[in-house]
Amino acid sequence: MNRILSPRETQGATRRDLVVGATLVGGALLVGCSPGDLLSVGAKEDFGAFGPFIKIGADGAVTVISKHIEFGQGNHAGLAAIVAEELDADWTKVKVEQAPAIAKVYANTGMGVQGTGGSSAISNSWTQLRQAGAGAKAMFIEAAANKWNAPVGEITVKDSVVSHAKSGKSATFAQLLPEAGKIAPPKAPVLKDPKTFTLIGTDRVRRKDSQAKSDGTARFTQDVQLPDMLVAMVAHAPRYGAKVGSFDAAEARKVPGVVEVYQIPTGVAVVAQNTWAARKGREALKVTWDETGAEKASSETMAANYRQWAAGKGTLPEKTEWQAFETKGDAAKKVQGTIFETTYDFPFLAHAALEPMNCVAQVGAGKAKLTFGSQIPTVDQLNTAKIVGMLPGAVEIETLFAGGSFGRRANFQSDYVAECVEIAKKVGKMRPVKLVWTREDDTAAGYFRPLTHHAVKITVDKEGYPVAWRHRVVTQTLMKGSPMPTKGVDETTVEGTKGSPYLKATPVVDAQVLMPDVNIPVLWWRSVGATHTAFVMEHTIDQLARKAGKDPVAYRRTLYEKAGATRHLAVLNLVAEKAGWDKPATAGWSRGVAVHESFGTVVAQVAEVQLVDGQPKVGRVVTAVDCGTAISPDQIAAQMEGGICYGLSAALYGKITLKDGVVEQTNFDTYRVLRNSEAPTVETHILPSGNAPSGTGEPGTPVIAPAVANALLALNGQATTSLPFVKA
Amino acid sequence: MAMTLDVNGKPLAVKAAPDTPLLWVLRDELGLIGSKFGCGVAQCGACTVLADGQPIRSCVMPIEGLAGMKITTIESLGGNSPLQQAWVKHDVPQCGYCQSGQIMSATALLAAKPNPTDADIDAAMDGNICRCGTYQRIRAAIKDAAGMAAAAPVPVTPVAAPAAPAKI
Repeated sequence: MNRILSPRETQGATRRDLVVGATLVGGALLVGCSPGDLLSVGAKEDFGAFGPFIKIGADGAVTVISKHIEFGQGNHAGLAAIVAEELDADWTKVKVEQAPAIAKVYANTGMGVQGTGGSSAISNSWTQLRQAGAGAKAMFIEAAANKWNAPVGEITVKDSVVSHAKSGKSATFAQLLPEAGKIAPPKAPVLKDPKTFTLIGTDRVRRKDSQAKSDGTARFTQDVQLPDMLVAMVAHAPRYGAKVGSFDAAEARKVPGVVEVYQIPTGVAVVAQNTWAARKGREALKVTWDETGAEKASSETMAANYRQWAAGKGTLPEKTEWQAFETKGDAAKKVQGTIFETTYDFPFLAHAALEPMNCVAQVGAGKAKLTFGSQIPTVDQLNTAKIVGMLPGAVEIETLFAGGSFGRRANFQSDYVAECVEIAKKVGKMRPVKLVWTREDDTAAGYFRPLTHHAVKITVDKEGYPVAWRHRVVTQTLMKGSPMPTKGVDETTVEGTKGSPYLKATPVVDAQVLMPDVNIPVLWWRSVGATHTAFVMEHTIDQLARKAGKDPVAYRRTLYEKAGATRHLAVLNLVAEKAGWDKPATAGWSRGVAVHESFGTVVAQVAEVQLVDGQPKVGRVVTAVDCGTAISPDQIAAQMEGGICYGLSAALYGKITLKDGVVEQTNFDTYRVLRNSEAPTVETHILPSGNAPSGTGEPGTPVIAPAVANALLALNGQATTSLPFVKA
Repeated sequence: MAMTLDVNGKPLAVKAAPDTPLLWVLRDELGLIGSKFGCGVAQCGACTVLADGQPIRSCVMPIEGLAGMKITTIESLGGNSPLQQAWVKHDVPQCGYCQSGQIMSATALLAAKPNPTDADIDAAMDGNICRCGTYQRIRAAIKDAAGMAAAAPVPVTPVAAPAAPAKI
């Protein structure tokens, strides 16, 4: 559920992947090969008559193959519905299966590699799956036309039944399967006119996994149990960059059930017959760490430095310089008006998916298999292939449900996967090894949303609207160590400020980012750059509106009109109408509004907030969303509800701190998250749209924090300059 | 040393050491994988099972203290209990990892209070973390299962057919 690569970055990724791929296939020059081919060398491909996305059983049941992992987003329902709509399959019997890892056929069309992220599962599959469904339907129609000697144009399909009204003949998919399977798939299948959709956009598009996820049978990585499987736990260094100095495993080996102890690049692994033995074995280990090169940064010092640098004070670290990401007009020229100035501080955040990171790996002679919740299978294949010295396609991946990810499982280093593969390589013989991280391992491992500082200085005209906007962002890049390092500005650090309609409506803009190099691993976290930029832009705008003595909704309308931001304006108008903005707020509650676009989806929210014992309590949240064509209204609502809870959890409590390089939080007692009694009631309203669909997994998340801050501003006139709201 | 645990109405001999938390015995030894590991310190509730009808966090309960108690796990509900039906009807799960624990806590709640108030739900369900944020639907499903209408229905604007972009 994160942004992986913008189209611009994909280009760089492709070139680099070609190099990696070529290295892995022995340096042979493979002219004319696509990156997908290279990344899939060695893969087994075995698809049925209807291609890689559709399987139809002898009973006529349709199974849609999902190239995207399901870790909560509801994408399996949406992807299956796209196929079922074009195929006119009986939706109640459609099943979903997870695709194997084969980049050549299952690449994310926006990334070039197989992976899920950037709220792109539905949007990148839209045309691909419509064509797959329409192609399969055409095969059934042609088979029926041949069999009944009827014109193709007179054959219709409904709920997996093919009919010819004139002759009164009809047959099920099951009955026509032998003939349909022999028809050549059409090269350019004709897609439906969206006006004739009967499934997409209806409340019939519901999850396919709710039963399995309500009766305990849904299978996650943690649940994998294979014959002869070993369970591993790893003792990790307390600081990033530290290595094993020496260790004494004598006591660990005495623990009943412990099978072996290995040194691996990331620490010392205890391998046992079961989880509890592995854990007790790890507790009995004595490890001395070599801290040469260990990172000893403290988050408090980092934040102080970031503030200094943004204010133009202090000395910048070596090889670190300010880079412009949006420039307009002459920033040097003095602009007449009143100046508004403020800063914002955002902490490191952990993803804290409820299933701690884990993996099952098997390594044998010439082959390897991973069974786990893989978010970017191609990258996980490449990293595994490097460790075991095989072709990427020789690394088989069976993708399971994951107990959340929020970006954590999409990792260029495949950190926890690589750790598991290192252990499985030591064990060998294709013997399965399940790596289990505790919650404490998961929290300490990092890959946080980076600590971030913003400083804004805005000149407003007589009416109170911005005429000059100076913006400074200090944050770590997410692209360090990635196979696709970006030159210049890493877009993920500024997206949302960059491209903001408010900057578009401002004649003079001077926006720059500083990306200091720190050895604290950081990563995309549900909604990525928007996790901080949405807050800064939306809370700043409310402060400007307040200073101008204008209503925050009316003030935004003026700026959106100036910027030509028609979609922002439409969701703002919808949310204002549904929240009753023109009427007073519910007695005892203060209201705040915020609007933000991320991943092509625009979300507006009005939050009702109270202060209870000095802490914000959020009651009702009205949400309006423009995500193009709505495939599953219910799951869009679910993503708004969930995204708001995820964003609110971080806004209220989320804060990871490091002292001398050591992460101070360990578990949910020190990294507090939102609980049931604190969850708001969310109402979702979807803007009707004929545009292609865009994603909803992330865009609901970043809007709630500024909506709450704006409600507090309306309540007591106090602006929020740092998150979380609740200071420990 | 083997001991006997009463799990889902069956006496089962287990080989694990007496200090082993119930969760790992259920999962690794008995193959009952519906109860999940999320925190290991009774903070998240993903491992919730019932002991003599009371919800317990099995990740911190050594089996030696559970002799003679009736342990009930998600597997015993059969998949079609009123709560599970309500869970499916409301499409409560997202990632699904916490839901076994949520349903076991809710099962204990409804057994004690067939018509729970919002305050009862707060008290019974706050020990179960859902990182996907399905809380609103959990509440609605509990009320539905209890035979009560949800306090405030949450409307979703139906999108009958994709239309032209809205005029503004």
